[in-house]
Amino acid sequence: MNRLADFALPGFFLAVLATVWASERVVREDQPPGPVRITYWEKWTGFEGDAMRKVVDDFNKSQDRIFVQLLTVSNVQNKTMLATSAGIPPDVAGIFSANVAQFVDDRAVTPLDDFCREAGIGPEDYKPVYWNAVTYRGHVWALPSTPATTALHYNTAMMRRVGLDPGRPPRTIEELSEMADRMVQKGPDGRIRVAGFLPAEPGWWNWAWGYFFGGKLWDGNDRITANSPENVRAFEWVQSFPKKYGPNEVQTFRSGFGNFSSPQNAFMSEKVAMVLQGVWMYNFISMYNPKLEWAAAPFPHPADRPDLARTTIAEADVLIIPRGAKHPREAFEFIRYVNSRKGMETLCLLQRKNSPLTDVSEEFWRRHPNPHIRLFDSLAASPNAVGVPKLGIWAEYSAELNNAFEEIGLLRKTPKEALDAVTERMQPKLDQYLKRLRLREQAEAPR
Amino acid sequence: MSKRKHNLVGYLFALPWFIGFSVFLAYPLAASIYFSFCDYSVLKKPVFIGLDNYRELFADEVFWITVKNTAIYAAISLPAGMVMALGLAMLLNAKVPGTTFFRTVFFLPSLVPMVSLAVLWLWILNGEHGILNEVLRMVGIQGPNWLGDPAWSKPALVVLGVWGVGNAVLIYLAGLQDVPTSLVEAAELDGASPWQKTRHVTIPMISPVILFNLIMGIIGTLQVFTVPYVMFPGGSPARSTYFYAMYLFDNAFLYNKMGYASAMGWIMFLAIFALTMLSLKLTEKHVHYGGGGTA
Repeated sequence: MNRLADFALPGFFLAVLATVWASERVVREDQPPGPVRITYWEKWTGFEGDAMRKVVDDFNKSQDRIFVQLLTVSNVQNKTMLATSAGIPPDVAGIFSANVAQFVDDRAVTPLDDFCREAGIGPEDYKPVYWNAVTYRGHVWALPSTPATTALHYNTAMMRRVGLDPGRPPRTIEELSEMADRMVQKGPDGRIRVAGFLPAEPGWWNWAWGYFFGGKLWDGNDRITANSPENVRAFEWVQSFPKKYGPNEVQTFRSGFGNFSSPQNAFMSEKVAMVLQGVWMYNFISMYNPKLEWAAAPFPHPADRPDLARTTIAEADVLIIPRGAKHPREAFEFIRYVNSRKGMETLCLLQRKNSPLTDVSEEFWRRHPNPHIRLFDSLAASPNAVGVPKLGIWAEYSAELNNAFEEIGLLRKTPKEALDAVTERMQPKLDQYLKRLRLREQAEAPR
Repeated sequence: MSKRKHNLVGYLFALPWFIGFSVFLAYPLAASIYFSFCDYSVLKKPVFIGLDNYRELFADEVFWITVKNTAIYAAISLPAGMVMALGLAMLLNAKVPGTTFFRTVFFLPSLVPMVSLAVLWLWILNGEHGILNEVLRMVGIQGPNWLGDPAWSKPALVVLGVWGVGNAVLIYLAGLQDVPTSLVEAAELDGASPWQKTRHVTIPMISPVILFNLIMGIIGTLQVFTVPYVMFPGGSPARSTYFYAMYLFDNAFLYNKMGYASAMGWIMFLAIFALTMLSLKLTEKHVHYGGGGTA
């Protein structure tokens, strides 16, 4: 028997393994001379992706030391987390401000304090709510890429049709409910055809209603306050809609809405006359229903709480340097460029958002296509601008709140019961989370 | 070739598999047992916390909701799927013209990728514009909001599960074709009715196949994940479609609680193992293997 033939197949497998190993080595080999290439993962597609690509190209052309490679990655926060734990993170990743606390507690990000100090970047450069969004436990962990605020978007034509003055949007929650009721249209079969306002549409800020009534979700320290009277009042208001219109009717009506980014969107297809939406809504309206007659105004406040006027949810897309990134210094160079007035205004103008910076050029305002951009910008400076709670267990907490929101929407629980349940469930989780965080800090502290 | 060399060649042949097995299966399995006793978030070093994860799980309300949902789903979907698959297989085994065509048609849905299947059914089951409710409306029934009503979301998934019985049908068909014609003919000569032939000849002869499908069904339904994960984000409405594997996934990849998720994984493994053993035990006397005697 031929000896060589005996070893042919095993040898072949070993050769395959060796090739895989060798190719990995070649790919990971140190970079050839020339500009340092850094990888940047970002969530955006479509025109939002094109906007960032333009900024990246501008940066690449502006100097010859660093070359940024932009990669579109869906579900970027989870993939960045996994890549970071595998030790092969991108140099820059674009996540959401809501993810920052969890990333920090999981040690997945590089602090930017020293870089910011060197570059002379500080809180005075940003609107406070956005600076606040990138800081946590006394350190800077990210810098904004684009910011957002929310406001009430309302359909002026639909207001006119029911005899409401389109120049006089609702100012209080009570007015909002009343106008919403006037706009409801039902078919001969009793099913809802058109609604004025539904707290469940678009359903992205189910956790936030309490803030519009002066509530808070935690005390900033170690207590969950989901069932505070303000939060219960907010959920009672939320529940008043399915109570008036019927929970099943609302559910069925909503199931007929198309995707957010489509002409069948409830607001764009004139199925819901008023929605809470962000600064980006303008883009989608001009894309899918440019003829829509609409305007924007600060979201209403309860009549007995004028101090809560101009409450807005302020969130930001942020750039981080994941822990273990190979070129943190070059990565920060790029982040710094994005946060320069030129870089930021290019990006925010192309994405039709407001600027997170305090220094905004006149040209930015002049060239901005969104007719309500100054509203969104001024809302960011509102004392009632609120961000996502900076809690490491936020993902779990918001899932709980979403569930409570659904249960009260289906009238399976009263707002008090639902929020009591959330508090009961989340408080021990927070206690345990903080305890384990402390234990870990003690264990890892230098002796 | 000497015996030693002979063995060496054998080991070398097995080596690629052995490397793959130890790196991708044995090590992760062993590690997950350890992690289930740890506070572990992937990026930080695991800290040993003893039985804390398990204690916490048994006191976790959502854990029990997912256990209950999964049990209900399995209890309805498993028998429904098995009866449906066996029935279809028997019909497709009939000697009529065009059987190959029908066999292909009934197997086709199993080839549709899970995610496309989920998206397709989102439209079919849509409460406002769904085709299913349109059809029901034609016969005068006001269909429910399948996706938004907690009472109907699980039945909707069961209906959808039956759509994918093609694989099981195929296995039953193979089993049915192995039933010796001599036995069927003998029964016929003795004057057995079609039902008696099925009950006393066909079913006992294909009992090992039924057992196999039962065990695969137990594993499949208890691990149900892809379709509800795509169709019902977060187990909506009101957690009525929040299944065990979804909660496990959320804990692992959304909340970064790898230790907790590992503990859930091991509980799931033990549950499936116990149910498999139980079904083997319970069916021992009823399963007939060819080649004489019972197993």
